[in-house]
Amino acid sequence: MLRYALLRILGAIPTLLLVIALAFLMVHAAPGGPFDDERVLPADVAANIESAYRLDDPLPQQFLAYLSGLVRFDLGPSYRYVGYTVAELIAIALPYSLQLGIMAMVVALLLGVSAGTFAALRQDTVLDRVVMGFSMTGISIPIFVIAPVLALLFAVKLQWLPAGWSGAEGAGRLVLPVVTLALPQIAYLARLTRASMIEVLGSDFIRTARAQGLGMPRVVRVHALKPAMLPVLSYLGPAVAAILTGSVVVEEIFGIPGLGQLFVRGALNRDYTLVLGIVVFYAALIVALNLVVDILYAVIDPRVRYR
Amino acid sequence: MSRTVKLSAGLLLVVAVMAIAGPWVSPHDYLTTNLDSTLSPPSVSGQRFFGTDDLGRDQFVRTMTGTRVTLLVAVVASLVSLVIGVAYGATAGFIGGRVDAVMMRFVDTLYALPFIFLVILLMVAFERNFLLIFVAIGAINWLDMARIVRGQTLSLREREFVQAAQLIGVGTVGILRRHIAPNLVGIVIVYLTLTIPQAILVESFLSFLGLGVQEPQTSLGSLVNGGVAQMENASWVLLIPATWLALVLLAFNFLGDGLRDYFDVRKSP
Repeated sequence: MLRYALLRILGAIPTLLLVIALAFLMVHAAPGGPFDDERVLPADVAANIESAYRLDDPLPQQFLAYLSGLVRFDLGPSYRYVGYTVAELIAIALPYSLQLGIMAMVVALLLGVSAGTFAALRQDTVLDRVVMGFSMTGISIPIFVIAPVLALLFAVKLQWLPAGWSGAEGAGRLVLPVVTLALPQIAYLARLTRASMIEVLGSDFIRTARAQGLGMPRVVRVHALKPAMLPVLSYLGPAVAAILTGSVVVEEIFGIPGLGQLFVRGALNRDYTLVLGIVVFYAALIVALNLVVDILYAVIDPRVRYR
Repeated sequence: MSRTVKLSAGLLLVVAVMAIAGPWVSPHDYLTTNLDSTLSPPSVSGQRFFGTDDLGRDQFVRTMTGTRVTLLVAVVASLVSLVIGVAYGATAGFIGGRVDAVMMRFVDTLYALPFIFLVILLMVAFERNFLLIFVAIGAINWLDMARIVRGQTLSLREREFVQAAQLIGVGTVGILRRHIAPNLVGIVIVYLTLTIPQAILVESFLSFLGLGVQEPQTSLGSLVNGGVAQMENASWVLLIPATWLALVLLAFNFLGDGLRDYFDVRKSP
């Protein structure tokens, strides 16, 4: 088991290095410098700025300097937010995104798995079709369509919930962003759970349990749920990635000062170090979570360890 | 073939015809601003079927033009991913052994990357080049295609007709072209219909954030973004393009799903 975990950790490092290298190269291959503006700087000023940000070093040296900074959580200074480092900006924005993301994930897991199980137990009935129809709709409609439409309906027309973040107080302002972020994941998890639950319910050990006279609720709870959750577990990595992507949109629409908004602002302002830093941060987060999922998977399903 | 498949295919046909013919038939065009009739609601009388936006531009023509752009990007990007995915997957599957293991390990590694963020980075670095959107989206979507094609090739390779071809001395390229490729067509077409909505999603996501198609060009994503700014006093500017986009995506997904079930390629949730 330990061997498996170590192998996985070692395998994750090249992935992470690949992302960092790709992202770094992209930013540095960009035509024009980060300080190119409408107003042309005098040559000596430009040279001073470049040497202050160490942009006149050769590229490999810059990359190594960036990597050695990364180890110490130093992502360099922001090019646009003068006086802030990228790490500081991320630290300020992260709590908002974390709160939002975790809540959405929990809601999605609870509702998605329940809906999927519900549909699986009623396979090919009208209720099953209704749940799956909703699920397909939820998967197809992009989050940047769901978010404004929900905001229009519940905040502007009905005025039940606040649409913005800054003017509102309390938990009410979290409802719309969390629901928006969770909806596509609920939809996907419902489909995933339904499919794997149907497969598990068709297997021999379930028939044995039924034959011994166990009631369906107990069979599902005690016997079927755990094996049916394996595909769900392996979807958690992509789900986190999807929630990170979604939060970029949700934070932009509901005006939440989180990481996603910081990222979009950085992208539109061409704040290279900030955008690069956030991409590296997201990548590290996703790779780490995939790693945790892989190891958890091996803990739950011993077959994986010995492949 | 199920009713959903026929219905979605019919709907997509209507969407395509409207997107192509709409801007020709309408008396308005997508660029002309008219500050006397800004944010006017949809009406049949002035042939303002979808109303006008905050600059008085005709929303019907804009939505149709946007659909053209979105569909074009999606189809071309999917073709890019098709070429890369099929070439990569067929090679890995046909050669097999250690080469296959290394090539598929590389695909696994790429799966773990947060691609959409790298694409945004690309857009920031290279000034939102239109061509780049195609390439970037194609570069994301080939992974699934490569996996599917590789699996299919792996099983085709063992079949008698391939072995027979090898025995009579047909070369590797010849076998790939004459015997493997034709048998991949069905599965590839099914997956292409599922790749197109993914490409639409990425393109409109980028455009929505202001990082994709640039003004005065428009796409469904940028139309939704424009609608968000106006939603408090003119909800149709948001709702019509948003519904339209959702409809197109839904139809593509139902079509792809139905086709996959019909050909029973690989059951997936």
